[in-house]
Amino acid sequence: MEGFIHQIISGIATGGIYASVALALVMIYQATHHVNFAQGEMATFSTYITLVLINLGLPYWVAFIGAFSISFVIGVLVERVLMRPVANAPVLTSVGVFIGLLLIVNSMTGWIFDYTIKQFPSPFPDKALFGGFVSGHELGSTGVTLTVLILVYLFFRHTRLGLAMRAAAFNPVSSRLVGVRVGWMLALGWGLAAAIGSVAGCMVAPVVFLDPNMMSGILLYAFAGALLGGIDSPLGAVLGGFMVGIIENLGGAYVVGTELKLTLALVIIITVLTLKPSGLMGRKVYSRV
Amino acid sequence: MRTSWLIAIFVLLAAAVPTLLFSGYHLFQMTMVVVYGIAILGLAILTGINGQISLGHGAFYAIGAYTTAILMSSWDVPYWATLPVSAAVCATVGFLVGLPALRLGGLYLALTTFALAVAIPQILKHKLFEDWTGGVQGLVIDKPEAPFGLPLSADQWLYLFTLAVGVFLYALAVNLTQGRIGRAMRAVRDHPVAAEAMGINLAMLKTRTFAVSAMYTGVAGSLGAIAVAFVAPDSFSVFLSITFFVGLVAGGAASIGGTIVGGVFIEFVPNLADLVSKAAPGAVYGVILIAMMFLMPQGAGGFIASLWRRAGRPGR
Repeated sequence: MEGFIHQIISGIATGGIYASVALALVMIYQATHHVNFAQGEMATFSTYITLVLINLGLPYWVAFIGAFSISFVIGVLVERVLMRPVANAPVLTSVGVFIGLLLIVNSMTGWIFDYTIKQFPSPFPDKALFGGFVSGHELGSTGVTLTVLILVYLFFRHTRLGLAMRAAAFNPVSSRLVGVRVGWMLALGWGLAAAIGSVAGCMVAPVVFLDPNMMSGILLYAFAGALLGGIDSPLGAVLGGFMVGIIENLGGAYVVGTELKLTLALVIIITVLTLKPSGLMGRKVYSRV
Repeated sequence: MRTSWLIAIFVLLAAAVPTLLFSGYHLFQMTMVVVYGIAILGLAILTGINGQISLGHGAFYAIGAYTTAILMSSWDVPYWATLPVSAAVCATVGFLVGLPALRLGGLYLALTTFALAVAIPQILKHKLFEDWTGGVQGLVIDKPEAPFGLPLSADQWLYLFTLAVGVFLYALAVNLTQGRIGRAMRAVRDHPVAAEAMGINLAMLKTRTFAVSAMYTGVAGSLGAIAVAFVAPDSFSVFLSITFFVGLVAGGAASIGGTIVGGVFIEFVPNLADLVSKAAPGAVYGVILIAMMFLMPQGAGGFIASLWRRAGRPGR
């Protein structure tokens, strides 16, 4: 029983990371109807930036905020330079550009920071809490991801800019008519998604260690989470991310073993697509023909 | 009509020339060009003709390769007899994977196949199948010798064998895509609603196309396994799938001839880029992908075809 509770708690901790990446994916999907296959690699790159800033002697949280801001700028630049020209292109073109971006970011990461596996510091004390049920890092990272998710929610719900961004994603034509600068809203969305990715990267790196391919598995779980929750529902994506984290941990511990954890993500994806393609909280899409 | 036959025979003869000119490693590279060409052909039928995107065809390549390797090492089946089996296995798996994903938009298929590609090395390594797959170590298989006492080296025979299978598969693909089914596939790509109104069963046609496409790539995997004489889980990472996708885009998604260009591209460009840096092949792929998407969305095949059309009617 103790083992079971422990599995659930560490499932929530990893689920928080999946939830953040899933949220980043859904934010871009909602605004552009593109799935950013490079989300994971961009997050890995941001994590390396954090490490560089820490190695420069900055305190952890300053480096964390620094990497958050740098990632935001990178995200905005990527949208402006690469995504803007293919905004209305067919799916094949956008997938091609995303895969190209994935390859470039991945090899740049390897090139600049080399391929050796690096340790990444955790800002939280390394000791078991509450009678050994949860480690300091698990508790801390869950807290950080939850804080970020709540901040994002408040931003979208209660600020003018957040409202404008939601409007631009929901109905670009009408928003443009009332004076929302839709192009810039998309760029801001990209920036925000990249910044959220950097948080996820920093929280997962102490657990899985830092290397250029760190996020490829995590991206898969985030896909599964986003689909499970409904790919057009931010709240659903967050819940889906947490659920996938718990399912992954329980499945890994009791059903399939650790070697097949990635296959579990595939199974979740196929199950959701077969049984309930719109996800738990997504809207069914109807289109007029 | 007669000229087109002449061209075909000429191309065939030209394709057999490397047997005489090259030897050893270079001939092996030519074999791999044909193998990759077939793999990309499978992807082209799916993506170019039918408009579905797969980022996971490396998985079918792996399944084909493993089917051949297991049949050869566990049951002593001759190498040529493994090809039909691997075709059947891959078509079945493709059908099953495509069934849930294809009912939805193109992006979902891309996602599902991407997940399949990421997961496949883990599945191949799993201890449940270890007796067959050899686990992390993989399987070593024998390189076939030339039959009937032909005066050819193993590499030469392998190249000619692969070429013969390739010619057969390309001829099949041309016939398939130019006939009624090919028109239906294009109709589904260009205007699904109109295609459905014409009486095409969208989900069925898409799933079958996916199965055919998986079959092509699976046979390529078998040929690749025979040529390399070795399979291991880590050679079928998600990067292989992305490589096929890059080859497809480089050659031109909807061009059957372009798939050979794609095969040449993914066989030789990484070798050249490796000279610069370990990270360079990925970067080169990435830059070329994005550049192609911006500048030449029809790929090399489409580009040459448009030049051909322009040259065909000069200012008339």
